[in-house]
Amino acid sequence: MSHHPAQRLFSPLVLTLAFTSGFIIMSVELLGGRILAPYFGSSIYVWGSIITIFMLSLAIGYLTGGRLSMNQPSLRRYGLFYIGAALALLPTIFFGEYMMDAVFLRLEDPRYGSLVASMFLFFVPTVILGMIAPYSVRLLVENAHESGRIAGGLYFVSTLGSALGTLATSFYLVLWFEVNQILFTMVGVLLSAGLIAIFASRYLSPSQED
Amino acid sequence: MTILMAGTEKMRQRMRRWILMGLFAALGLTSLGVTNLAQAEDIHKEKSIYRNIVVKESYGRRCLVFTVKRGDRNQTCMDLNDPKKLVFPYVRMTLAGLLLSTEPEKILIIGLGGGSIPVALNEMYPDAFIDVVEIDEAVIKVAKRFFNFAENGHLKVHPADARVFTKRAGLQGKRYDMIILDAFTGDYIPEHLMTKEYLEETKTLLTGPGILIANTFSTSDLYDHESVTYSEVFGPFFNFKMPNTGNRVIISSSEALPSDFVLRSRAKKLSARLQNYGVDVEVFPQFMRRDIDWDTEKRSLTDQYSPANLLRSES
Repeated sequence: MSHHPAQRLFSPLVLTLAFTSGFIIMSVELLGGRILAPYFGSSIYVWGSIITIFMLSLAIGYLTGGRLSMNQPSLRRYGLFYIGAALALLPTIFFGEYMMDAVFLRLEDPRYGSLVASMFLFFVPTVILGMIAPYSVRLLVENAHESGRIAGGLYFVSTLGSALGTLATSFYLVLWFEVNQILFTMVGVLLSAGLIAIFASRYLSPSQED
Repeated sequence: MTILMAGTEKMRQRMRRWILMGLFAALGLTSLGVTNLAQAEDIHKEKSIYRNIVVKESYGRRCLVFTVKRGDRNQTCMDLNDPKKLVFPYVRMTLAGLLLSTEPEKILIIGLGGGSIPVALNEMYPDAFIDVVEIDEAVIKVAKRFFNFAENGHLKVHPADARVFTKRAGLQGKRYDMIILDAFTGDYIPEHLMTKEYLEETKTLLTGPGILIANTFSTSDLYDHESVTYSEVFGPFFNFKMPNTGNRVIISSSEALPSDFVLRSRAKKLSARLQNYGVDVEVFPQFMRRDIDWDTEKRSLTDQYSPANLLRSES
């Protein structure tokens, strides 16, 4: 396998993308509270529903992403996750109110109402975003010896992204923009991230031991 | 090697001592703070899932307090010698809404607190049906136990989020001729209860000649945003502020606002009845302004844009 001179950019690129997905996961989660409040209030159980669904989706995403990384991992497929997540957020933006209306009419108890609504709104995009973390590990790990260090570094950047996403969204973004403007920006950022990864996959590829 | 180890052991001990001293100092400081705040006697303390609730007594007054870090906020106080008397100016000001109505028959009150407003209205209008919405079950319990609040055939409290209750009441076709918005956390009004969409949902619950009364603050940057939002939904309203209070009560009607003459003559009629509650209603009309004293260029609050509590702390 010939090394393209840009190959040294591979690792920084994957780390930057992982940071971005971490940022977006938490930003969307925080906006979830805003999105659900008009229908289900902003009580502790609404946050309970949102966090439950996000954790559950991420868990499933990790499992799926790990599995997918077994089969010819490439930057191109990695990029497709970002594009998939971006597309999966669109129904949340366009049909969110319609879905919440439907749930609100059928479920009296705001606890289960908010749980089911969170499921409809956030499950699919968050599963896809969850797939990114283990896939990133696979892209960067070259041998078993350094796998822990690399996984640690990835958790570091993506969780740092999550911390910043939480802070930026709750402190500033909601003050400057409307909820949907922020969500559209997230979609735009995910799409660009995906396209960058796909474009870069022409020149860069994960190193292969086998 | 042993010397080195002894050295590190000594350092560890020293560090432990410093940490302990620091902890004691912190404890000392917090207890000082607590005693400072607690000049009044705490007769009941309760942690609900939303907040810490304290019932305090001092100088013959019993108060419901939601504790927040930046200082306590009294929600309701009761004069133990004259329990009927409405102690706080904003509570008395809320009753100015009665100047726009004849006899209310169905009343919705968002936010229970110590229950002084529903109790007063229930006494004044025993035939009216009153629904109170309170999110915090612990507040309901405390109001019943310490503030003479009791439900009856005409007065009912619903433990629910106001936004959820309002949406569902709209679907069920419930209608009210008087709605009082008085939902407060320890800090201010919850953000999802300040948006245009919420006010529109509330407006659909108002029958023909319906009155809307909202208790807000007149200080902070949020004042402009809030005023713009209310006028977008309800049109012109009485902007009721009184000297020496930071409160602003918004009073609006689904019909045209009555003239000053009508306000004064109604005040005269209600005066004797309201005197029992310590409300001098006849001074109210002169402070019920119709002019716009806010920046109309400010953005209204919506479900999409409602950083209300951030805006509040900006000024």
